[in-house]
Amino acid sequence: MNRFNLSALSALLLFSSAAVAETVFVTLEKDNALAVVDPVDGKLIKTVPVGQRPRGIALSPDGKTLFIATSDEHTIKTFDAETLKQTGKLPSGEDPETFALSPDGKFMYVSNEDDSAVTVVDIAAKKAVHTIKVGVEPEGIAASPDNTWVVSASETTNMLHWIDNQSRSIVDNTLTDPRPRAVAFTADSKQLWATSEMAGTLTVFDVASRQAVQSVKFDVQGVSSDLIQPVGVVIDKDRRYGYVALGPANRIAVIDAQSFKVEKYLLVGQRVWNLAFSPDQKRLYTTNGVSNDISLIDLTDHKVSKSVAVGRYPWGVAVKP
Amino acid sequence: MIYRYFVCWILSWAALLGAVNAAEKKPVPPKTQLIKMVYLAQEREAPAALSNLDPFIQNKGEPGADLAVSDNNTTGQFTQQRYELKKVIVPTGGDLLKAFEQLGDDIGLVVLNVPAEHINLLADSPTARNKLLFDAASRDDELRGSQCRRNVLHILPSRAMRADALAQYLLKKRWQKWFLVVGPTPADRLYADAVKRTAKRFGMKLMEEKTWTHDFDSHRTEQADIAQFTQVGDYDVLVVADEQGLFGDYLDYRTWLPRPVIGTQGLIATAWHRTHEQWGAVQLQNRFLETTGRWMEEEDYAAYLAVRAIGEASVRAKSSQVQAIKDYMLSNAFTLQGYKGVPLSFRAWDGQLRQPILLAAPRSLVGVAPIEGFLHPKTELDTLGYDQPETTCHY
Repeated sequence: MNRFNLSALSALLLFSSAAVAETVFVTLEKDNALAVVDPVDGKLIKTVPVGQRPRGIALSPDGKTLFIATSDEHTIKTFDAETLKQTGKLPSGEDPETFALSPDGKFMYVSNEDDSAVTVVDIAAKKAVHTIKVGVEPEGIAASPDNTWVVSASETTNMLHWIDNQSRSIVDNTLTDPRPRAVAFTADSKQLWATSEMAGTLTVFDVASRQAVQSVKFDVQGVSSDLIQPVGVVIDKDRRYGYVALGPANRIAVIDAQSFKVEKYLLVGQRVWNLAFSPDQKRLYTTNGVSNDISLIDLTDHKVSKSVAVGRYPWGVAVKP
Repeated sequence: MIYRYFVCWILSWAALLGAVNAAEKKPVPPKTQLIKMVYLAQEREAPAALSNLDPFIQNKGEPGADLAVSDNNTTGQFTQQRYELKKVIVPTGGDLLKAFEQLGDDIGLVVLNVPAEHINLLADSPTARNKLLFDAASRDDELRGSQCRRNVLHILPSRAMRADALAQYLLKKRWQKWFLVVGPTPADRLYADAVKRTAKRFGMKLMEEKTWTHDFDSHRTEQADIAQFTQVGDYDVLVVADEQGLFGDYLDYRTWLPRPVIGTQGLIATAWHRTHEQWGAVQLQNRFLETTGRWMEEEDYAAYLAVRAIGEASVRAKSSQVQAIKDYMLSNAFTLQGYKGVPLSFRAWDGQLRQPILLAAPRSLVGVAPIEGFLHPKTELDTLGYDQPETTCHY
C-alpha cells in the first residue's frame, strides 16, 4: 500500500519534473548578475549577484557545478548549480571571457584575450597547469568530444590554433575569415565549425585534415551585409541542423548540417550572441545583448516561441536539466 | 688521355653539383619571409594651446605602429613571416625628402606621419616609384582628390568624411540650421569648406558664418566676448572650425543662445577616441594604455591600422613584395579588422580607407556614422566623403 503510494507519487513527481523541464542560466554583463529562468513558463525566477562583468558560463558534465567568468575580477568562479552559492575560484589569467571544459569535466581551457594565451586549468586542483601562446586576442575555444583537440580562435590574427590535447602544444594553424569568434565541434568530433564576425561567414573544417571544406556566406534580405556578424554556433548531436547567431542582424541562421544550405533565418532579439540547446535538444536559447532578453526557439518547427526579459546585456547561457 | 680525365672531372663535378641541388630542395625548415617597413615621421613644435589639460604628445603615431608590428609578428610566427619596422624621425625643419631618399630601394612599405604639404613631395620623388606610402596623419581632401597619387593610401578619414558624419547625425536630430564659426588658419578654412559641402549635400541651412580672428578686446573676458560674438539670428547648432584648438573650447556654454557646439570641438568626428569601447575596442585601448601609459590618439590608431593592413595583406597574399601586397589591399577580398564593428577596406578610386567615424563628446561616445538609415547601394560606409561618382581623383 505504502509502496504503491510512493511509486505513484514518484511517477507523479517524474511527470511534473518532465513538464518543468530545465532551468536556464544567463549571465548579465552589465548587472553583474546571473538570471535564472524557467523556460516553460517563460518567467524570470530570480537574479543572483555573481561578480563583476560576468560573461562566459558553463555547466559541469555532471550538472552540479556552474562556472562563470567574471571578467573584471580576472577570475572564473564556481557555483553550486542548485543553491547558486559560490564554492570557489579558479585561476584564469587576465580578463577571462570565454572558456571550454574538457568532455570529462576535469580541465578548463581559458582564452586570455589581453595576453594572447590559452590557460589550461586543472579544475579539481584549482591550478593553472599550462599556458599556450596563441595569436592576438584569442576568443572562441572548444574541446573536441573525443578529447583529442582543443581549438582556439584568435580574433586579430584571424587564425585557428589546433592544440593537441596530449602534448598541450600547437600542432597546426589555419587561417580563417576575418575576426573568428566562436568554434564548435560536431558530436562525432569530425568537423569543426568556425564563425567569422567580419566576413559574415561560417567555415566548416574537416578535423582529420584540418582543412576548410565548406564556407557558408550569410545573406539576409533587407539587412545590410555589414550587420551580419556571426558569433555563437551550435550543432545538434545528429548533425541534422546547425545554428548560428548573427549578432546585430538580430537573427539565427538555421543550417542544414549535411548540405550546408541555410534553410531559414529566425528573427530574435537585438544583437544575438550566444546559444544553448535544451538537454533534449528540442529547444534553443539565445542571448540578445541589446534588447536585454533571451529568445526561446522551438526546434521541432523552427519557430521562435517566446522571449523573456532577463536584465542588462545578457551574454552567456547554460541549461541545467 | 688527359682530355678524357678532364671530361670525367667535369662530369663528376656536375654530378656533385646536381646532388647538392637535389639536397637543397629537400630541407624542411620553411623560409621565413621578411617584410620590411619604415615609419617616417617629422617632429612637430609644441603648438599653442588653450590649456595644459592635455599635454603635448611628440610621438603620436609611433607607439601605434609598434603595437601593430608586435601583433603582425604574433601572427607571423604561425605563417613564417617576420615584420621589421625601421623608424626614421626627422627633426623639425629637417630635410624630409633627403631622409626619404636615403631609405634605399629594399624597403618598399613606408608609413608616413608628416605634414600634409610634404606628402606629394615624397610621393613624386624617384625613390617612391616602387614604394607604397601610407599617409597616417593627413585629413586633406585635395590629397585624396585632384592631387591624389597612385602610390599613396590614406588611413585617417578626410575632412569631408568627418563633416558628413556630423551632418548625418544632425539630420537625424533635425538640427538643420547651422551657425558656422571659422578660425583664421588655412586648415580652418579647409574644414569650413568640408562643412559647407556637407551642408549642401544633406540640405542643411547655413544661417550665418563668422570668422574668429583672435582680436577681441583683450581687456574683456571670453565670457563677454563670446556672448557678443555669437549674437546672430536663430540657429540650431554652432559648428566650429578650429583645427588647432585655439578658441573652440571657449564657445560651449558661453554662446548668446543656449545651443550645442559641434565640429572641431564639442561633439567631434574622429577615427578613434578614448570613449570608444565597443566591438573589442576596449582590448586595443587596454593594450595600448599598458605599453605606453597614455590613451591612444587618432594618429596612433592610423599608424596601427597601416601596419596591420600590411600584415593582413602579406599574410593573405603570402608575399613580401610591394606589388602583391598592394594588389591584395586594393582587391575586394581585403578586409581589415579595425575595432569598429564592420570590416574596413580601401576605396580603389582614391586610396582612402573606408571606415565608420566616431562622434564623440569628451566623456561619451554619442554615435557612430554612418548613421542608421543613410543607405548606399554598395556599402553604407561610402555615404561618408567623396563617393566614386563624385571623386576628382583620376590617376
